[in-house]
Amino acid sequence: MSLLEVTDLTVEFGSLRAVDGLSFSLAEGAALALVGESGSGKSTVAGALLGLHRGTGAQVTGTVRVAGTDVEAASDEELRRLRGAKAAMVFQDPLSSLDPYYAIGDQIAEVHRAHARVSRRAARARAVRVLERVGIPDAARRARSRPHEFSGGMRQRALIAMALACEPQLLIADEPTTALDVTVQAQILDLLHTLRAETGMGLLLVTHDVGVAAESVDDVLVMRHGRAVERGPVGAVLAAPAEAYTRELLDAVPRVDARRAASPVAGEVVLEATGVRREFGRGKRAFAAVDGVSLTVRRGETLGVVGESGSGKTTLGRMLVGLLEPTAGEIRYAGRAHTGVNPAVQMVFQDPVSSLNPRRGVGESIADPLRARGEKDEDGIRARVAELLERVGLEAAHYDRYPHEFSGGQRQRVGIARALAADPRVIVCDEPVSALDVTTQAQVVALLGELQRELGLALVFIAHDLAVVRQVSDRVAVMRKGELVEYGPADEVYDSPREPYTRQLLAAVPALDPELAARRRAARREPAVA
Amino acid sequence: MNGFTGFVLRRVIGAVVTLFALSVIIYVVFYVTPGNVAQITCGPRCSPAQVHQVAQQLHLDDPLYVRYGHFLQGIFAGQDYSTGTSVEHCAAPCLGQSYQTGRQVTDVIWTKLPVSVSLVLGAMVIWLVLGIGTGVLSAWRRGRFTERALTAVTLAGTATPVFVIGLVLMIVVCGELRLLPFPQYVNLTDDPEQWAWNLLLPWLSLALIEAAGFARLTRASMLETLAEDHIRTFRAYGVGERAIIVRHALRGATASVIALNAVTVGSAVGGAVLTETLFGLPGIGQELVHAVKVVDLPVVVGMVLVTGFFVVLANALADVLYAVADRRVVLA
Amino acid sequence: MSEALAVVETAGTDTTVPAVSGARQFWRRLRAQRAALVAAAVVALLVLVALAAPLLTALEGQDPTTYHPALIDSARGGVPLGSFGGVSAEHWLGVEPQTGRDMFARLVYGARVSLGVSLGATVVQVAVGIAMGVAAGLGNRWVDLVLSRITDIFVSMPLMIMALALLAIVPNTFPRPVLVALIIALVAGWSTMAKMVRAQTLTLKNLDYVAAARLSGWKTWRIAVRELLPGLAAPGITYAALLIPSNISAEAALSFLGVGVKPPTPSWGQMLTSADVWYQAAPQYLLLPAAALFVTVFALTVLGDGVRVALDPRAASRLRVGTGRRRENRARAAVPENALPEKALPVKSLPEKEGPA
Repeated sequence: MSLLEVTDLTVEFGSLRAVDGLSFSLAEGAALALVGESGSGKSTVAGALLGLHRGTGAQVTGTVRVAGTDVEAASDEELRRLRGAKAAMVFQDPLSSLDPYYAIGDQIAEVHRAHARVSRRAARARAVRVLERVGIPDAARRARSRPHEFSGGMRQRALIAMALACEPQLLIADEPTTALDVTVQAQILDLLHTLRAETGMGLLLVTHDVGVAAESVDDVLVMRHGRAVERGPVGAVLAAPAEAYTRELLDAVPRVDARRAASPVAGEVVLEATGVRREFGRGKRAFAAVDGVSLTVRRGETLGVVGESGSGKTTLGRMLVGLLEPTAGEIRYAGRAHTGVNPAVQMVFQDPVSSLNPRRGVGESIADPLRARGEKDEDGIRARVAELLERVGLEAAHYDRYPHEFSGGQRQRVGIARALAADPRVIVCDEPVSALDVTTQAQVVALLGELQRELGLALVFIAHDLAVVRQVSDRVAVMRKGELVEYGPADEVYDSPREPYTRQLLAAVPALDPELAARRRAARREPAVA
Repeated sequence: MNGFTGFVLRRVIGAVVTLFALSVIIYVVFYVTPGNVAQITCGPRCSPAQVHQVAQQLHLDDPLYVRYGHFLQGIFAGQDYSTGTSVEHCAAPCLGQSYQTGRQVTDVIWTKLPVSVSLVLGAMVIWLVLGIGTGVLSAWRRGRFTERALTAVTLAGTATPVFVIGLVLMIVVCGELRLLPFPQYVNLTDDPEQWAWNLLLPWLSLALIEAAGFARLTRASMLETLAEDHIRTFRAYGVGERAIIVRHALRGATASVIALNAVTVGSAVGGAVLTETLFGLPGIGQELVHAVKVVDLPVVVGMVLVTGFFVVLANALADVLYAVADRRVVLA
Repeated sequence: MSEALAVVETAGTDTTVPAVSGARQFWRRLRAQRAALVAAAVVALLVLVALAAPLLTALEGQDPTTYHPALIDSARGGVPLGSFGGVSAEHWLGVEPQTGRDMFARLVYGARVSLGVSLGATVVQVAVGIAMGVAAGLGNRWVDLVLSRITDIFVSMPLMIMALALLAIVPNTFPRPVLVALIIALVAGWSTMAKMVRAQTLTLKNLDYVAAARLSGWKTWRIAVRELLPGLAAPGITYAALLIPSNISAEAALSFLGVGVKPPTPSWGQMLTSADVWYQAAPQYLLLPAAALFVTVFALTVLGDGVRVALDPRAASRLRVGTGRRRENRARAAVPENALPEKALPVKSLPEKEGPA
C-alpha cells in the first residue's frame, strides 16, 4: 500500500476551483514535487493532505488517504492524531510559522506531547535531540531562544526539527526555502536530503522553483490551474518535457550558465558612485548598510547588482536614484556630483502591490512625472501616457483602471511606464521580477531589454537571483554585508569567479539537472567534512 | 538581560520627563492665566488683604521661572508661609494651602486618596477578570450564538456612560430591590468586609463599562492571532483546540491587554470622579468637583498633579510589563 | 499564469495597503451590515430632531426655559402634579420637578447640545490630531521627538480631571457649550488620533509609491496631500466615528457633575444630576435623559463600528478567509530588504551564524 493516495481531489473556494480532479500517489520513502506557478493550486493540495481545509468553507471532494487514514472521512480526533504524528508539514515562512512568544524548544515539546504521553521534561529533552539532529549548534541552550533570536535558516531548521519530533512517515514541505537566501536554501535542501536518507520518510515538496525540485525529489508533477499537466521522473521531465506548458515553464527559467544574448555597445559613463557609504541608526546601534562602494554605469549597458539579504543592495539602489543621501562619498550624474532625486534617474520597484497608489488610476500615476515637470496640456499628457501604456504592452484604455484590477506582471509594466514617463537615461530596477512567476518574469525581463536597446537606457538591475542577473547583465557587482566583493564583466564573474564568496554563491544555485545537483551536493559536503 | 535594564531605565527617565513637562503645563495653565491670578487663586470670597497676601505667597512679582522654581521647591523641600498672624511650615511635598478652608492640600489628598485607590484598584480587578473572561469565551465560541450575544452585550457596554449605569445600579439594587444599603465608605483597616460590600456597587458601575472594552480587545486580538500562520502550524501538528486557544491565542493577546489597561486606568481615574460623586464617596474626585465649583485653585492644581503622577506611573509600569510580555519591543 | 486567477491572487494580498477603492465599496460593505443600517437610521433621526428642535417645540407650544410653578406641588418639594410626571396634551413628556419646565422641549434641545458639542469637539480633535500626527510622521528626528512627547503627555492625562480643572478657571462669560467642546477636544481624543496618524504616516511614507512620487519630482507637501492624506482617510474616518459617541459621554459627564453646560441651557447629563432624588416621584425625569443618552451613544457606537468594518481592509479580506491561497514567491516581497533599516540587523550570513543571543 502506498503512503499517500490522492484520488480525484477537487477543492473549491466558492466559485473558484483551486484543485480540479487531481490524482497521484506516493510510495513509502519516495519523494515527489508538486511544481507550478501561483494559482496552480499546489499549496491547496498540500493543505488537503492534512485536512487543513476542514471548517474553512472550502468544498473538498475526492479521497485523500495518508498512511492508511482517509482524511476526509476521519473524525476530528483521528485527524488530530494523523497531523504531526504520521504526516508533518514544513511551512514557507519560518518566522511567522512559529509562535513569537515561546521558546523554540517548548514549541517542539508541545507538539511532541500532543502525540505522546510523556513528561514535560522528556518532551524538552526530545526537542533538544531533534534540534541537534537538524544541525542547530549548542541545541540545549538554543532551545530556550525565541524565534526572533534565530536567523532565517535556523528557524527553518527548527521547523524541520518540529516535523521530526514525532517521527512522521511523510514530510510535506510547502515552499520550504522560498523565503531563504540561496546559500541557506542549499543547506536546507541538503538537510532534507540527509534526513530522508536516514529516516526513510516520504517527502512531498511543493515549490514554484523547478531547480529546487530537481535538487530534491525523484518524481515531479507539474500543475497548472488545479490540474496535473505532466508527471514523471524528475530527470526525464526536465530533460525532455512532453507538454507545451512544461516546455514554456522550463524555457522561462533563467539559467545561471547562459550568457546574455546580445550585448549592446556601452557608451559614456552616465552614473557613477564613488566610495559611497550609508549608515543607519545612531550610537552603539549604528551600522553601515553600504560601505565604500564605487561603481559606474554606462549608457546602453546593464549593470547587475547581486547579493543576499542584508547585503545592502537595495540601500545602494536607493542612493543611486537619490531617495537616500549617502553618509559619505558621492553620486555623480553625467560627471557632476548630484544630490536629491533626478528625473533622469528613475526606479522600478520590487513590490508591484505597494509601488502603485491603490487609490489612483494607473494613468494618473504614470502622468506624475509629466505633471511634476510642469506640463499643463491635458490632451498631450493623456496621449503620452497612452503611448507609454502601449509601449509596455498594455492598452491605452487602461488609463482609468485602478492597480487592483491588474495582475502582478501588468503592474510591473505600469511601474516601468511610469519610470519611462520622466524620459530617464538610467533606470534602477530593484528586484523588479522577484515577486513574479517565472513566465511573467521572462516577459518583463524581455521588455526591459527591448526598451534598453530602443532608448539607449542604462540599467542597474538589482536582484538576489543569480540566474536572472546573468541573463540581463553586461557587468556584475557582487555585494556582501555592504561591500563590493567582486565587480567585473558578467562572463568573467560567472565563469571564473575570483572570490571564494562568489564561488560559494554560484555553487548554491539549484541546478536544473538532477545528476549535476547530486554531484554539487557531494562537493558541498566535502569541505564540511574536511 | 542588559538590554532589558536599559529599556526600564529609558522608560523611567521618560516618565520623569513627562512628569516634569506635566507640572510645567499645569503650572503655566493655572497660574499664568490672564486676569488677577491672586484673586482667582484665592477665590471669589477673599478680601483685598487676603488677595494681597496670596499674591506675595505666589511670588507674583517675580519672573515666571522663579515662580515655578518656588513651586518646585515647595514640592521637594517644603515651604514656609505666613498666614498673616504666624508663620507655618508646610513639609515636602508641599502643594500649597486651600484659601477656602485653610487646610494644606497635601493633607486633603492624603485623607481622600485611600478611597479613590480602593475604588480604582478594586474595579481594575473586576474589569480584568470579567473582560478577559468574556473575550476568551467569545473567541472560543466564535461564529456561534454565544459570540454574537456577547458581542452585542459588550457593544452596549462600551456605549453606556459610567454615571448612567451607576444611577441605574444604585436605584435598582439599593432603591428597589434593597439588596445592598446605599454605599457609605468604610476604611479597609476598620472593617474589610464592610469595605468590600460598600464598594461593590461603585466597583461594578466603574468596571462593567471598562470590562466591555477589554472583552472586545481580547476577542479581537485573539481572533487576529488565530488567523496567523503559527496557529496553522500547531493545528497542522495536531495540537488540540483548547491548547491553541489558551496557550497561543490568549498569550498573543496579553501585550495588548496590558497596553489597554494603562489607558483604562487613566480613564477610570476620570470615571472615579463620576462614581464618587454619584455614590457620595469621599475620594479625590468628589473633592475635586467641589474644589472646581468653589474655585479653590490650589486644591485643584494639587489634585491634578497627583492624579497625573499616578497615571504616568501606571503608564510606565505598563510599558515595562508590556516589554516583559513581548520581549521583542526591547530590541526595537 | 491566467490573468483572472492572478487578479484574485493579488487582490487578497493588499493587506499592507488600506482599502482599495473609494466610496462605492464603502457603501456596499456598510449596507451589508444590518445593525449599522439601523444605527444609521437612528442617528439620522436624532440629527433631524436636533435640527428641528425649535419646530418641534413650537408644535408642542412650549419652550425649554419657561418655569411652570403651577404644575408642580411645592408642598411636596416640587414634584410634578398629575400622572407620569405631569404628562398632558400641553406637556407631552411631563414637566421637570422643582421648576416645571417642559420635559419634551428640554429633551429635544438637549439633543442639540449633545450632538453639537460632540461634533464640534470631534472636528477639533481630528484637525489637531491629523496636523500633529502628519507633522511628527514627516518631520525630522527632533520634530518627531518633541511632538510625540507632547502627544504622550496628553494621552496619559485623565480627561475628566483635566477638563474639570480647566473649567474652574475659565470665566463664565465664555459661551459655555463652545468652551465644553473645546476643552473636551483639547484635553483628550486628539492625542490618540495624532498617535494613530503618525504611525500611519510612517507606514505610508515607507511605501514604494511614495518613493515613486518623490522620484517623479513632486515636492513634499504635494506628496503629503496627494499620496498620504487619502491613505489617512480610512483610519481617520474610523477613529472620528468612534470619537463622536465618546465625546457625547464626556459632555454628559461634565454636565452631570455640574461643571459642563450650565442651566438654563438644557443638557441630558445635567438633567440626570438630581434624577436619583426624584426617581420615585417622577421616574420619567431619570428615564428619559438616560434613555436618550444610551440610545444616542449606542447608535453612534454601532454605526462607528460598522464604519470601521466597512473601511478595514482586514475585515474585508476576512470574507475571503479559506481560499487557501499561499503567497508563493511573494515571501520576498513580504519581508522586503527595504522595510526598515533597523530590521535588517540580524542578517542571514553565509556560514550560518547564531542570531543575537
